[in-house]
Amino acid sequence: MRDNENQTRPPLRARRPAEQGEAAWGKSGQGITPLRVIYTGLILSGILLIIILISLSLGPAKISVKDVVTWVTGHRSVDQTAWMILFRIRLPRILLAGLVGFTLSLGGVVFQALLRNPLAEPFILGVSSGAAVGAITGIVFGLGFNLGVPLLSFLGALLTISLVMGISSRHGGLESSTLLLTGVIVNAFFTAVIMFFIATTSDSRLHSILFWLYGDLSQSRYVHLSIGLPPILIVSAIIYFFSRHLNLIVGGEDSALQMGVQVELLKWILFLGVSLMTGMVVSFSGIIGFVGLIVPHLMRMFLGPDHRLLIPASALGGAIFLIAADTLARMILSPSELPVGVITAFLGAPFFIYLLKQRGSQWTQS
Amino acid sequence: MDSELILKGVYFRYDSQWCLEGIDFELKKGEIVGIIGPNGSGKSTLLKIMDGLLRIEKGEILLLNRPLSRYTRSDIARQIAMVPQESTFRFAFSVFEVVLMGRFPHLGLFPFEGKEDQEIARQCMQLTGTLDLAGRSIHELSGGEKQRVLTARALAQKAQIILLDEPTSFLDIRHRVEIFELISTLSRTQGLSVIVVSHDISLAAQYCQRMLLLNKGSVYKIGEPAEVITADTISTVYQCPVFVDENPISKTPRVTVLSRRGEGRHLHKPERT
Repeated sequence: MRDNENQTRPPLRARRPAEQGEAAWGKSGQGITPLRVIYTGLILSGILLIIILISLSLGPAKISVKDVVTWVTGHRSVDQTAWMILFRIRLPRILLAGLVGFTLSLGGVVFQALLRNPLAEPFILGVSSGAAVGAITGIVFGLGFNLGVPLLSFLGALLTISLVMGISSRHGGLESSTLLLTGVIVNAFFTAVIMFFIATTSDSRLHSILFWLYGDLSQSRYVHLSIGLPPILIVSAIIYFFSRHLNLIVGGEDSALQMGVQVELLKWILFLGVSLMTGMVVSFSGIIGFVGLIVPHLMRMFLGPDHRLLIPASALGGAIFLIAADTLARMILSPSELPVGVITAFLGAPFFIYLLKQRGSQWTQS
Repeated sequence: MDSELILKGVYFRYDSQWCLEGIDFELKKGEIVGIIGPNGSGKSTLLKIMDGLLRIEKGEILLLNRPLSRYTRSDIARQIAMVPQESTFRFAFSVFEVVLMGRFPHLGLFPFEGKEDQEIARQCMQLTGTLDLAGRSIHELSGGEKQRVLTARALAQKAQIILLDEPTSFLDIRHRVEIFELISTLSRTQGLSVIVVSHDISLAAQYCQRMLLLNKGSVYKIGEPAEVITADTISTVYQCPVFVDENPISKTPRVTVLSRRGEGRHLHKPERT
C-alpha cells in the first residue's frame, strides 16, 4: 500500500504547478467558443426584451410595464385604447428602431474591419447621406416605397462607398485622416443636394427636412419591417459567415490573402451587403449617425475584437441602443418629440472626438 | 525526393517590364535559404510567387512535385506559411487569438477552433517562446515579440515551408539574432524548410545553408554563403564598394561597407582649409 502511495504521489505533485499555470493562462487568453457566443447572444437578447417592454410602457399615455406584460401574456383582458396605442403606435416604432440600430451598428463593424479603421461608420463616411439622396431621388421621381425607393437608396449608398474608397485609397493605404476628410466632404455635398431637392419640390412625401437630416422614427409602420427584415436578415447571415475572414483582414490584407481569404471579392460582397442594408434603413428612418461608432466600440471594449462574437453582440447592442435613444427622444420633451438623430449625435459626436484624441496617434499611422 | 519547392525558368511581370526573368531554384527539405539583393531586385515578388500569390507568365513551380497552380489557396496555406515584415493589428487581439488565426486554412465551414486547434496554437507558442504573452494584447508587444508571435501563427498553419519577408528589418541587433536563432532551431527540430529575405547579409550568412543573390530580377549567384558573398559579387550587385572577410567566430563571410567618405577623407582636407 505504502509503495503504491509513493508511486502515485510524485506525478500528482508535479502536476499541480502546471495546473495552476493552466488556470492563469486560461483566464488570460481564451479562444471564442460557440457557447460563449450563444451566452452573450442570450444575455443581450434578454436586455433587448426588457428595453422593448420598458419602452412600450413609456409615453404620454400612462401604461405600466406590468400592464404590458399581463396583456402580452394574455392574463388580463385588454383595454382597447391602450391596445391601439401599444400595438399600432409604439410597437412598430420600437421594432423599427431596433432594426435600424441593428443594421447601422452591424454596418459600422463591417466598415471598421474592411477599412481597418475603428472610426469608419456609415454616417461618418457619408454613406447614409448618399442613401438619403438616393431615397429622395426615388421619391421625387414618384417611385414606390416598396421597391423603387429602397433600391435607389441602396444605389446611393453603394455609389458613396465606392467614391469614398476611390478617393481616399489613391495614395495606397486607407489612411484615417484622408478617409475621414473624404467622408466630411461627401457628407457636406450630399446634405446640400438634400436641401436642394427639398427646396425645389412640393412633394408631400418629403414631409420634413428634419426627417432626412436628423433621422426620425415617428413615421414607422409595420410595412417597413416586412420590407426590411428579410433582406437585412439574409445580409446579416452572410456577414456572420465571413466573421472569421474579417478577423484575418484586420490583421493585414496580405496575411489574409496568404491564408486563403479572397480579400477583394469579400470586400465587394460585404460592401454591397452593407450598402443594401444601410440604404434600406435610411429610406425608412432618415440619417441617424454614430450608432455604428458607439456600439461596436463599447462591445469591443467588453468582449474583445473577435468578429465571431463582436458581430452578433454589436448588432443586438445596436438594437438596444437605438430603442433606448428613441425612447429618450420621445420622452425628453414630452409631449413633443425630438428626432432620434439628435440624441445619437449628442452622444456620438463627443464620443468620436474622444476616440480621435485618445487613440488618434495609434490609428493614423498606416 | 526531398525537394519541397522547385522553380523552373519562372518569368513574371507586373507591366511591360520583366520583374523576374528565368528563375531556377530548388528548396530542399529542412534547409534554410537566404534571399539577398538590392531594393527592387524582386525579392518580395519572388517570395509571393513561391507562395502562389502572383500568377507567373512562363515557367513552372512544383510544390511537393505537383504544379502549384493545381493547389487551391487553402491547400497552399497548409503547406506554405508566410511571416510578414510587420503586421499592424488595428484592434487589440490577444496574442493567443492571433496565433489561433493560423488555424484558418484547417477549419471547415464551422467557424470555431476546437480543442485540437487550441492545443496546436499552444504548442506553437511554446516553440516560439510566446506562451507567457498569451493573454497580452498584440498592441502592447515590442517589435521582436510581435515577430515571434507572427512566427507562431505561421507555425500554427502546420506548413512545412515558412517564408519570411525581411523579418528583422525593424529590429535591433539582439532581436535580429533572436529571430534567426528561432528560425534555425525550428528548422532543426521541426524539419521545416525556410526561405528568408534579409538585408542583413552577414547575419543571414551565419544561419543560412544556402544564399540566393538576386539582381534585377534574375539569379546572380546561388550557393553556400561563402561562394555567394564575395567582395566582387556584392559590390557589383549592390553597386556599393564592400570588403568581405571571414567572421573569425562563425567562419562565415562578413560584409563591411566601405564608406566613401572615410576612403577619401584626405582628399577633401585641402579644400576645406
